[in-house]
Amino acid sequence: MEIKVLKDILGANDQIAAKNRELLDGHKVFAVNIMASPGAGKTSVVLQTIRALKDKVKIGVIEGDIASSIDAETVAKEGVPVVQINTGGECHLEAFQIQNALNNMPLADIDLLLIENVGNLVCPAEFSIGEDLKVLIASVPEGDDKPYKYPLMFNTVDVIVLNKIDLLPYVKFNVDGFTKTVKNINTKVELFKVSCTTGEGIQPWAKWLHAQIRLLKKDVSL
Amino acid sequence: MHELSITQSMLEIVLKQAEQSHAKKVTQINLIIGEMTGIVSDSVQFYLDILTKETIAAGARVSFTIAPSKAICHNCNQVFELKEFDWTCPRCRGNIIDVTAGKELIVDSIEVE
Repeated sequence: MEIKVLKDILGANDQIAAKNRELLDGHKVFAVNIMASPGAGKTSVVLQTIRALKDKVKIGVIEGDIASSIDAETVAKEGVPVVQINTGGECHLEAFQIQNALNNMPLADIDLLLIENVGNLVCPAEFSIGEDLKVLIASVPEGDDKPYKYPLMFNTVDVIVLNKIDLLPYVKFNVDGFTKTVKNINTKVELFKVSCTTGEGIQPWAKWLHAQIRLLKKDVSL
Repeated sequence: MHELSITQSMLEIVLKQAEQSHAKKVTQINLIIGEMTGIVSDSVQFYLDILTKETIAAGARVSFTIAPSKAICHNCNQVFELKEFDWTCPRCRGNIIDVTAGKELIVDSIEVE
């Protein structure tokens, strides 16, 4: 006998994600889910974003890694609260892990929560975690052909930060071609070009992010 | 690797439905999987075989119906299938599009005894 089910497999995750979002909204915390392949510069973007904005907004960080607390230790040196999640082999963060991490985060004292996902261009794209913004860090050495190879990720995100633009003179990477492809795959995406090494382009990204936080909190004093 | 979480979530839905329907055994699980998700059917079957031991879904087979990636063109409203390296509208060559299909992860139906 066949029974019709028609249920979204990610429904349970999405329900927890919605609860996370509710909790974050209640505390007026703007949450950013930062995704990228390993080595694209997620932690460097987190560090640069903290440095650019920590005088204006209060920041907290959740670090997702398969193992180790190296990133959390690095970020903690910036003087912001950090919670490390070790997924123990899982290749992405899920909403329930964020739910647990939020219990250990001083939400009342935070305006901006940066969540660094596990390094992977495939799986994190599928799992909402309750974020306001999905950000993908792409990087010049990865090559300009990645958008069509990982369409779900490039299509799902709200923002793409192209990192390591200081390497453009040394690497074959067509910025115009990349931009055209990205805009084709994701019409509404915001694109920023930065170098975490030289600091180039960090200000426009930080300024834009700051404006988004102010919009959410409806607070121009920030 | 995401197949493990996907299979776990899928199995929860399946077992709940089977229980509600007072089924004694689940023999097949029919899924609709979006082309873009990159979910591998062999991998889902592999995890399912492990996860269903000691459940009424032990031995169940997974069947995939792949939903092709599709988009709608902002310029001319044409709905079209996305090709691997070409996401422009085949009718007007417009490149402002919205993806409308290809991300599905759905338990369509189950077959039970």
